[in-house]
Amino acid sequence: MDDLLREFLTETGEHLETVDVELVRFERDPNNQAILGNIFRLVHTIKGTCGFLGLPRLEALAHAAETLMGKFRDGMPVTTPAVSLILVTLDRVKDILAELERTATEPQGSDEDLIDALDGMSSAVFTMPTETDLAVTSHQALDRPLKPGEVSLDELERAFQEASGPETIGNLTYQVLERALKPGEVSLDELERAFRETAGPATHAPAQELSLALTTKNVTAEATEVPESGDQPASKAQTIRVSVETLEHLMTMVSELVLTRNQLLEIARRNSDDLGYKVPLQRLSQVTAELQEGVMKTRMQPIGNAWQKLPRVIRDLSTELSKKIDLVLQGADTELDRQVLEVIKDPLTHMVRNSADHGIETPRERKASGKPEKGTIRLNAYHEGGSITIEITDDGKGLSFDAIRRKAVERNVATESEVERMSDAQVAKFIFHPGFSTAQAITSVSGRGVGMDVVKTNIELIGGTVDIRSETGKGTTFTIKIPLTLAIVAALIVASKDQRFAIPQIAVQELVRVMPGSEQAVERIDGTPVLRLRDRLLPIVPLSKVMGLADAREANEGFVVVTQVGQQRFGILVDGVFQTEEIVVKPMSSKMRHIQLFSGNTILGDGAVVLIIDPNGLARMVGSGAEDDQFLGAASLEQPDAVQDETLSLLVFRGGAESLKAVPLSLVTRVEEIDASTIEWSGDHPLVQYRGCLMPIVASDDKLMIKQSGMQSLVVFSSNETTLGLAVAEIIDIVEDRLDVELVAERSDLVGTAVIRGRATEVINVAHYLPLIAEAWAPSGARNGTIAQSLLLVDSSMFFRDMLSPVLKALGYRVHTASSAQEALQIIASGTQIDMMVTDLVLSDHSGLQLVAALRADPDHRGMPVIALSVGRDAHQIALAHKLQISEVVAKHDRRGLLSALAEVSEFSDKAA
Amino acid sequence: MRAANTNTAIATKTPTRLLEYVTVVVAGQIFGLPIHRVHDVFVVSEMTTVPLCPPEISGLLNLRGRVVTAVSLRRRLGLTDASNGERRMAVGLENCGEAHGLLVDEVGEVLELDHAAMQPNPVHLDPRWVGLSQGVHQLKDRLLIILDVDAVLAFETEREVA
Repeated sequence: MDDLLREFLTETGEHLETVDVELVRFERDPNNQAILGNIFRLVHTIKGTCGFLGLPRLEALAHAAETLMGKFRDGMPVTTPAVSLILVTLDRVKDILAELERTATEPQGSDEDLIDALDGMSSAVFTMPTETDLAVTSHQALDRPLKPGEVSLDELERAFQEASGPETIGNLTYQVLERALKPGEVSLDELERAFRETAGPATHAPAQELSLALTTKNVTAEATEVPESGDQPASKAQTIRVSVETLEHLMTMVSELVLTRNQLLEIARRNSDDLGYKVPLQRLSQVTAELQEGVMKTRMQPIGNAWQKLPRVIRDLSTELSKKIDLVLQGADTELDRQVLEVIKDPLTHMVRNSADHGIETPRERKASGKPEKGTIRLNAYHEGGSITIEITDDGKGLSFDAIRRKAVERNVATESEVERMSDAQVAKFIFHPGFSTAQAITSVSGRGVGMDVVKTNIELIGGTVDIRSETGKGTTFTIKIPLTLAIVAALIVASKDQRFAIPQIAVQELVRVMPGSEQAVERIDGTPVLRLRDRLLPIVPLSKVMGLADAREANEGFVVVTQVGQQRFGILVDGVFQTEEIVVKPMSSKMRHIQLFSGNTILGDGAVVLIIDPNGLARMVGSGAEDDQFLGAASLEQPDAVQDETLSLLVFRGGAESLKAVPLSLVTRVEEIDASTIEWSGDHPLVQYRGCLMPIVASDDKLMIKQSGMQSLVVFSSNETTLGLAVAEIIDIVEDRLDVELVAERSDLVGTAVIRGRATEVINVAHYLPLIAEAWAPSGARNGTIAQSLLLVDSSMFFRDMLSPVLKALGYRVHTASSAQEALQIIASGTQIDMMVTDLVLSDHSGLQLVAALRADPDHRGMPVIALSVGRDAHQIALAHKLQISEVVAKHDRRGLLSALAEVSEFSDKAA
Repeated sequence: MRAANTNTAIATKTPTRLLEYVTVVVAGQIFGLPIHRVHDVFVVSEMTTVPLCPPEISGLLNLRGRVVTAVSLRRRLGLTDASNGERRMAVGLENCGEAHGLLVDEVGEVLELDHAAMQPNPVHLDPRWVGLSQGVHQLKDRLLIILDVDAVLAFETEREVA
């Protein structure tokens, strides 16, 4: 390929990008002559160059597009179809250019379709002006050329355009005029064709037209002189094009230089005696740093380059999807490494597409929800520390967390109970799972389920993170954090056992020194290490354990590197911390690339090869194991559930091995202290005579031995006729606290762990113990002789649902649960047999009363007994409840009241049946 | 490298196809590596072990500013590691654009052998060895196994298939 052609391709490519952007801008602001002038000039340049290089297809296309744009300048209304047509034409031009780049020849093919459409559109309008209009414009046109010396370029061009006015009867005369721009080029052949073509439509006055064409020729010839000199800004002369390979090579060499410099500095550090080289070495170090910076700068490009395509993408999408979308780009001049830019270009486009397709609602939907009809997608890029943050925000409908939850279960990504326990922030992360799409319908834009996982992978590949925040109805924000450059990163050097590792500084938030017995100490829950950091529980990953270097149990001392990956926060426990060093990242060998833990390796100043830990990989690796829930739990620290806002009375007691446990007081029937000698053993099962019945006793955990003598504390639970004594070491207190279940342990006997009064406490799951006695003792929970009734429990609080459903199950009900009124109605509508409903009056979406009202409106279910739970006793509410035939309003934490209400309702419905 | 290539090019022209091999010793057995595949021979000083990596990989080496993956020939052949902590030798090999160092017990002389004289592997040789060997040359006092460099460095794919 000759240099000229290559130059042309690069330049034209850039021009086209600009035209794309400008056209979209122009469509919105059709009166802006400056934009139009700019577009016109660019297309014109492309056309001119094509003609010069002998590329007839491109030339014809550019010409037809230019003609249509010329009409815009003449005042033809700028319509969406017209702009679309030009954009499509530009796409065709790009296709041809791509082919040209590959083969160095213009591909065969016909563009008649587009040219006809363009011509059709240009001429269509010109049937509209009346004869008088034409007369007027022709006058003007004839006036102007008389004094060519004093008019500005703009005016000249307009004049030129206007001059063509009278000839509009046949738009092909334009061709004649354009040809005149490069007189040397016009062959007789073409001239003849031009004549032939103009002859047809312009039958009115061919002779006059010809003379006009000739007069304007002089004018335009002069006009073109002007842009030639004024067109090129002075700054252009000061830049040269350098091939990327040259830059890459330069970068590699500088990287090596940095390494060598580091090695020299290390040697200098070790040798205390100055042999006269330290000063030059210092200088060398400085120069190297400057050189590094300089070379880095050459690789820097404004992020706006990656955004070039977006206005066009959004424009096309909004047309296709009939949505109104505003694209706001902020911080387009934020610079980042060329390589990084390349990697994020596609993910960014994809995410913006996603926002437009899934995020922004149709104008009607938006209006209905009280938002402006026009949705906004905002891209914001800025520097932050050693990294760049890019936010993609839309003010659309946000994520449908329920849909994602359902999908997660459907796709077997998580079980139903897991999903229920997750906070919305955790659920949102599912969209990064492969094959996850919640789009109702597959559009041509998205919904095929490929995408977000690829986006995540791509971004993580370059050591970046992507995070999502979403609020239903308000919109979604994606936050991408990426390093400025891939080649050199700042890393913290740490040691685990006798091996050193590098942790990229970008992921490190802080360092905490931990020591047993000190204020900051690693604590263990069932052997799993955690650290209390400013009242938050931070999961701890001992590096030596994940690396398989040593047993984790002994790791208690050292430093915790607090790491943040997305919304996951965890601590990496290491034995020692050294300096922060600028390291040159070298890729892992292909044989070890499957080790998620490492993102690469590097050579330190002292010549040692050190592995670079990939915090993403570490999070994933640990997350995929048994400790999965802990990490999810840690994420929930950031976004407390709705549940966690309510305070709850909790009974705190001590279990085996000094562990602290708690249970909601509402579930406890009584607390007893009995003489251990009264405990009778039937086989392995301890039991005690209690209020005239035999009550089984279950130890609160494996480590607790039920006492043989002295006093034994029991927490008594009862459900229907079954009572259970939970043997505990010591009853500590009743605490009124907010219940933040933070760590969901992988144990069925625990709901999770919470910080209660500043101490890590295990919250027990009563449901776990009830089956234990059911196993050992004949079931007495199910009501004899009757088919179990099914009950729908509606409560927004996941915790409450979790606590109550086992109790209800134990009473012999088949329990369905719903977290919102909508979900409840769905369950009922799905045909599931529901005999009665227990609902909270305060639900996340609608009030419980609304739910009941909806139920009463349904002829199939108007008779369903309903028990309502309420927090406070509000007379107005109770009156309304009676109106809706709610059988009973029970205080939310009055378990006994609920049970008796249920018994009444069941009896009633039994009789009715 | 280029010299070695021209060498083989000339060799193919002559009726007796002479090929040069760098000999290495592992567990008393002598092996030959085609000389045009060998970049250099070096002494291993410091090695960084890689947790969780395939057992055949001993670690990473810094070879004049380049990170080189050290592959243990002993482990590739299913042998146990050498017990003595003597200085370790490595042969620098290139495979798929990546630098590898093949750890061996000793590096010996370069031998020039007639390709036609190479015998196929004995049928009852350990299959693990057969996979890595191109054939056997009969030297005066012992047998030289010619290693297939690509096969030696292809353990990852091997395991994926298995």
